[in-house]
Amino acid sequence: MKLQVINSPFNEEQVKLLNELLPKLTIEQKFWLNGYLSAPQATLEAIVEQAPTASQPVTKTITILYGSQTGNSQGLAEKYAAALKEQRVDVTVSSLGKFKASNLKKITNLLLIVSTHGEGDPPDQAIQFYEFLHSKRAPKLEHLQYSVLALGDSSYEFFCKTGKDFDEQFAKLGATRMVPRIDCDVDYDDAAAQWFAAVQQEFLQQTSSATSTSAHNEGAQVLEESTYSRKNPFYAEVLENLNLNGRGSNKETRHLELSIEGANFHFEPGDSIGILPENDEQLVNALLTALQFDSETEVTVFDETISIKDALQKKLEITVLSKPLLEKIAAYTAHKEFSKLLEEPQAWKDYAKGRDLLDLVEEFTPFTWSAQQFVALLRKIPARLYSIASSQKANSEEVHLTIGKVSYETAGRQRLGVCSGSVAERIQIGDTLPIYVHKNPNFRLPENNETPIIMIGAGTGVAPYRAFLEEREELGIEGKAWLIFGDQHFVTDFLYQTDWQRWLAAGTLSHMHVAFSRDTDKKVYVQHKLLENAACFYEWLEQGAVIYVCGDEKSMASDVDATIHQIIEQQGQKTPEEAKAYVNELKQQKRYQRDVY
Amino acid sequence: MTEKIVLPPQPGKPSDVERIKTESNYLRGTLERTMNNPLSSGIPEDDNRLMKFHGSYLQDDRDLRNERQRQKLEPAYQFMVRVRTPGGAATPAQWLVMDEMARKYGNGSLKLTTRQAFQVHGILKWNVKKYMQEINEVLLDSLAACGDVNRNVMCNVNPNQSALHEEVYNWSAKLSEHLLPRTRAYHELWLDGEKVVDSQDVEIEPIYGAQYLPRKFKIGIAIPPSNDVDVFSQDIGLIAIVEDNQLVGFNVAVGGGMGMTHGDHETYPQLAREIGFITPDKLLETAEKIITIQRDYGNRSVRKNARFKYTIDARGLEWFQEELTRRLGWEIQQARPYTFERTGDEFGWIKGADGHWHYTLFIQNGRVKDFEDYQLLTGLREIAKVHTGDFRLTPNQNLMISNVTPQKKKKINTLIEQYKLTDGAHYSALRRNSIACVSLPTCGLAMAEAERYLPSLITKIDAIIDEAGLNETEIVIRMSGCPNGCSRAAMGEIGFIGKGPGKYNMYLGASFTGNRLNKIYRENIGEEEILAELRPILLHFAKDRLEGEHFGDFVIRAGYVTAVYDGREFH
Repeated sequence: MKLQVINSPFNEEQVKLLNELLPKLTIEQKFWLNGYLSAPQATLEAIVEQAPTASQPVTKTITILYGSQTGNSQGLAEKYAAALKEQRVDVTVSSLGKFKASNLKKITNLLLIVSTHGEGDPPDQAIQFYEFLHSKRAPKLEHLQYSVLALGDSSYEFFCKTGKDFDEQFAKLGATRMVPRIDCDVDYDDAAAQWFAAVQQEFLQQTSSATSTSAHNEGAQVLEESTYSRKNPFYAEVLENLNLNGRGSNKETRHLELSIEGANFHFEPGDSIGILPENDEQLVNALLTALQFDSETEVTVFDETISIKDALQKKLEITVLSKPLLEKIAAYTAHKEFSKLLEEPQAWKDYAKGRDLLDLVEEFTPFTWSAQQFVALLRKIPARLYSIASSQKANSEEVHLTIGKVSYETAGRQRLGVCSGSVAERIQIGDTLPIYVHKNPNFRLPENNETPIIMIGAGTGVAPYRAFLEEREELGIEGKAWLIFGDQHFVTDFLYQTDWQRWLAAGTLSHMHVAFSRDTDKKVYVQHKLLENAACFYEWLEQGAVIYVCGDEKSMASDVDATIHQIIEQQGQKTPEEAKAYVNELKQQKRYQRDVY
Repeated sequence: MTEKIVLPPQPGKPSDVERIKTESNYLRGTLERTMNNPLSSGIPEDDNRLMKFHGSYLQDDRDLRNERQRQKLEPAYQFMVRVRTPGGAATPAQWLVMDEMARKYGNGSLKLTTRQAFQVHGILKWNVKKYMQEINEVLLDSLAACGDVNRNVMCNVNPNQSALHEEVYNWSAKLSEHLLPRTRAYHELWLDGEKVVDSQDVEIEPIYGAQYLPRKFKIGIAIPPSNDVDVFSQDIGLIAIVEDNQLVGFNVAVGGGMGMTHGDHETYPQLAREIGFITPDKLLETAEKIITIQRDYGNRSVRKNARFKYTIDARGLEWFQEELTRRLGWEIQQARPYTFERTGDEFGWIKGADGHWHYTLFIQNGRVKDFEDYQLLTGLREIAKVHTGDFRLTPNQNLMISNVTPQKKKKINTLIEQYKLTDGAHYSALRRNSIACVSLPTCGLAMAEAERYLPSLITKIDAIIDEAGLNETEIVIRMSGCPNGCSRAAMGEIGFIGKGPGKYNMYLGASFTGNRLNKIYRENIGEEEILAELRPILLHFAKDRLEGEHFGDFVIRAGYVTAVYDGREFH
């Protein structure tokens, strides 16, 4: 419907302006506007006041990215940046390795200088960006104008391939070419200079009014509650699933990136994601064989009639032997050894440890149950909770998880964690996982950004701190932030190492200590690093710091707790009782927050 | 007291490395702090530049680079430490420590380099200092094994004329010592030496000055008829002149060097040119003055044009000779005659004039480790335990068990047989004359495989060699993973220089005696094309070669390539 004075509440001038504007809006922009206009009036007015007036001069900004193997691209990028700065352009120069791909949405002018290597490969530092831009996660770039300078060597078959690929892909994503790409051979100086002259002419001639549109304001967005929950999980597509541990590690820690586009999830750093896992099909088949039930036999579970195979794979827990379960099973077997398990208090525990229903059925067969009776004994497969390892402010359509693969051998058979095993062994990129958001209000960044934070975590316990720091980076917070991380080996188990290094360099993280327990003769754990830095730790506490502890209770959190008490006694010259009171006070003030498992 | 050395002004902006050197306070930089930073197993680029002067580079396992980047892990950083052994000499005690260190801190192997030094790869940052301290216990160090200074001085390993060889070797050790940096940084950083506050008035480096040289600098001494050190590939090549079985002095050649950059014809490998003869007592003085000329005139703006060869080529040999005479205050004599016969090694047992025995082992590509079916590292360790002479690393990456007394010969021979250590006799003469640099996965410069690939390529070329009946014909074949030339590939009768994964430029026509460069024959080809190109030439050679004619000479006579005696005609 085209707006007219007669079919709308607008005057003639307004109709003209709106008719000019509306057809040019993207779907996303229209949605945004819709939410913006329906926000409470006070918010709207506040925003209008803040909006920059049209008469303010807008500085021209441009980003120059380079992908360099030998330094040629970098050299050109830096040279051109200096030249543009002299012409009062606000220039950002970055290697593709350091540039956050999500920032593409925020820039409007881009120059890309990139070389090509080997058989048409991008420089090492550019590979991730290259893959991102060619993946389905690549954003629409209609707001962007760009130009590519490609460096290469024409004696190779795939001359300047990387530059050509980028050029085409940017165009495909909707971006506009500022000036055409130029492909340079080994002797690149003249061709590069020619390209840059064209860029300068085009870019500097453009009027400055066309830029600066994205005054993104959270307050104007109307938060709509998600309709997804544990009962009604959102099927999130897997965008990335990789092992964070390097070759030779004893461990396997999966980094999972899930798309939550359309889920309307709202979460904060500290929250978790619940995954509703399925059992391993092979285990289910083996169990059905041991039970001598046909896999297609229909059973009713939770008011739903499905095949027993589906029930065991998707609905019911088959990997844990609890005492109540054993007691119920006892009614269906006359096996003497089975009843012995329940007679002695320790016997069932020893038996159940590490074993599952398949062990039990194979060992104590025969049973007198029917298929329906059997499934009625079992409980619903529980969801698994994992701390979120990303900030929604930084990655609005994604959630990242850090999942340690559980793997062990009992009674001669290799067993895997239900959820971690499936993520490690079966879930592929493009598959979906049923998930929901689990709020954790007791694990929160302090309200005051100036408050120092001390983050202690071992292994996957480091996950929420990645969310914390990503959030603080996004908000530009540079207060005191101290991370103490531990795992087995520096070379293979330094989870998210390059993320921490980046945040340290940027000032988002101010202090970091690491404890690797198996690198030297001495077993060094996170609590030892606390003790080594006891004076600083206590000083931070006295300044009002918040302590976070995340990870395994038995193998870490309890030792850390004892060490915190010890430090407070020693540094504060307190009795054990006084230290305990001090810690209790910390807890009262929500300054000692734990997420342990 | 020496005054601070002030370099003459130069055109062009000094390169970033010059800044790093200038600001480093005689090679200290921030190494003490960054080597102790526990959050990264690497060090920043500036410090890595300085680390080279201490004989070590930060490298990473490039096989894992992309994988680890995805895993959000930094590259698998590790240090290579190159140990300085002038003339390639090591005592059994030193060998045993090198062997132990390779297993304790390194990747379990030793690389014998083309400049007669030891290289150990795969040392984690936290172990570098321990490594330096433990090798220091047997009087080994890595000072100036890399960096913009004079590198490990090479020396012929020919033991035939025992006393003469010993005399020449001693000159190489003296040269090495004389040209070492004087800074205390090495001792402070690695050996817990006392920290000294450097005086602001006195020059700490009387030869180099605070900025050291514009680029690396290499010296080698040959004893004719062997040119195993590839004397014309050196910045200063010295040719021992022997008259009546006495060392009377050295012919001096200047301005050789292998490195170049693909696609940049302003860069090229070059042969050193003879400028005359000096007596031994003038050796240190002459070398020092030559180095100061390069120090003052070498290009400090563009590193790829900074080697001594470009300094000379830019101004002419005449200019250089005048400048040298001016600095020496006397004129060097006319060059004396000599003859070179070969650059390769001769294998197996040889008896020296003093009655001592020497056994040269064939070490493929200089890699000493325990292979699945060849316990080379262990065998050499057992030999080192009983050996009373010494070891010599040869310029062709082989190893001589040297100065074996007649009494010990049997014992050593038993061990050689027990571990099936080989003199290469069952290999083709082509393989025995092969050299490959380290390249992937540790070398940051590598564009293509070398050490991991050349052996299998030679197996395929051997099939042609067999067919042509050239199994015992010596042909020098060399492969480098990049154009920087560690394997001196530009002086191979057949040379390969890496361009990209699986792709090489193929060069032909260098001389067997090391006085001629090769020339490009085919650009950017893979294995199939390499074999297809070589096959007809090798068959042609077998059919039409003249008596005693070498392959490198034949390809020129037959017109496959033209002869190159000046690097400026290399491209």
